[in-house]
Amino acid sequence: MLKDKENNGVIYFDNAATSFPKPQCVTNAVVHYITQIGANPGRSGHKMAIEAGQIVYKTRKSIATLFKLKNPMHVIFTSNATEALNTAIKGVLKKGDHAVTSDMEHNSTIRPLHEMEKEGTISLSMIQADKIGILNPEKIRKAVTRKTKAVIINHASNVIGCIQPIKKIGKICKENGVIFIVDCAQSVGVVPIDIGRDNIDILAFAGHKGLYGPTGTGGMVIADGFDFKKIEPLKYGGTGSFSDKIEQPDFLPDRFESGTLNVAGLSGLLAGSEYIQKRKGGIEGILKFKTELQKYFIQQAEMFVPDFICYSASHLPSTDVVAFRINKFPISEIAQILSDKYGIMCRQGLHCSPLAHQTIGTFPEGTLRFGFSIFNKKEEIDFAVQALKSISEGRKK
Amino acid sequence: MKAVILFQSTNHAIWAENELKSHKIACRMISVPRHLSSDCGYCVQIDAENKEKAIDILTTNNIEFEKIENL
Repeated sequence: MLKDKENNGVIYFDNAATSFPKPQCVTNAVVHYITQIGANPGRSGHKMAIEAGQIVYKTRKSIATLFKLKNPMHVIFTSNATEALNTAIKGVLKKGDHAVTSDMEHNSTIRPLHEMEKEGTISLSMIQADKIGILNPEKIRKAVTRKTKAVIINHASNVIGCIQPIKKIGKICKENGVIFIVDCAQSVGVVPIDIGRDNIDILAFAGHKGLYGPTGTGGMVIADGFDFKKIEPLKYGGTGSFSDKIEQPDFLPDRFESGTLNVAGLSGLLAGSEYIQKRKGGIEGILKFKTELQKYFIQQAEMFVPDFICYSASHLPSTDVVAFRINKFPISEIAQILSDKYGIMCRQGLHCSPLAHQTIGTFPEGTLRFGFSIFNKKEEIDFAVQALKSISEGRKK
Repeated sequence: MKAVILFQSTNHAIWAENELKSHKIACRMISVPRHLSSDCGYCVQIDAENKEKAIDILTTNNIEFEKIENL
């Protein structure tokens, strides 16, 4: 059996949930903060507090560079992409507003929107993607009304990996004076994103997937020039600024960053963000590498695994994610065998995206999902294909 | 003589410090003097002779500051 000692002897293909392993520099940065710095940034004036503040600033700057954002103060740290999406969605939408979203969204978008619709705060239009998960921007144009405040779309699907035409959708939003909120949880660090070029007003990102930071990191990024006062904070509290006042500060990032930040996590996020940005070929190179792995897996599995059904369209713009099944074989059993017998980690089920699975016709059972990282190798895919082949053939005996 | 630049928050103070240093302006972070502000954080100390140059750099980079005071 193929064993990678560095990875605890496992083959990890669950990178769309969170990436593993992390680069060594990420581990070192977290340990350095915890053992050598430790202090609370922005609260005290001593040397250790300033060092902690430097880490937070450098992380902000690194994320700003990643998204081609000029003002690093427009990077707001949250505990994950879900908190960022909730801040954007609940902060922007008010009583009587209309919002547009799609049936390819993750529950981190669908649930806050559904809740607001259910309580009668907003009205909601759901745009249907085609069978391979792609949204037609013209359908979004048609759904926009005079009451539409925001369009919320995910950049890359966490279920099948397809990449949406966000630049075109954003242009439609701009033309109609609608706020464009983009869920970049899956695309950050995988697909090059330019917040200005792509016509994004607010984006949410995860720090622990394609940026290789620790779990518990993520953020909301607000475009340069966007009137951030259109977003009400989700949290109120101590910021270390204007301590003589009981009102929430009205400037960035303090408006949205109440409470002590996860500096241990941000230390690792900074290291991860720098690691991928300095990697030869940059983000474009990462996309090329990962989609090659995706294509290779699909091609090999279609060739060798009996009854293999693939739901990801690798001939279209896509990330590294592959959704698949072995025909009529319960996916939970396959995932269990892969984990127990072969040491292959993957995710099965609905991936917190029931509507997306309805769109591609895999609801309610869902699919198996492989998501690759920059540390995966073709040999691991070969091993996984042989494992799936054995599982599929074993059932027939 | 020294001067201090006060900011709305420590996030801006550190941003300013990084920009000033990248323009070779000697500066360091110090605790906010209590007679100048009620904030619990820190501010940027520079040589008073560099005040105008520092203001230029901050303005060019859209780094908002509250005030500059001689110490």
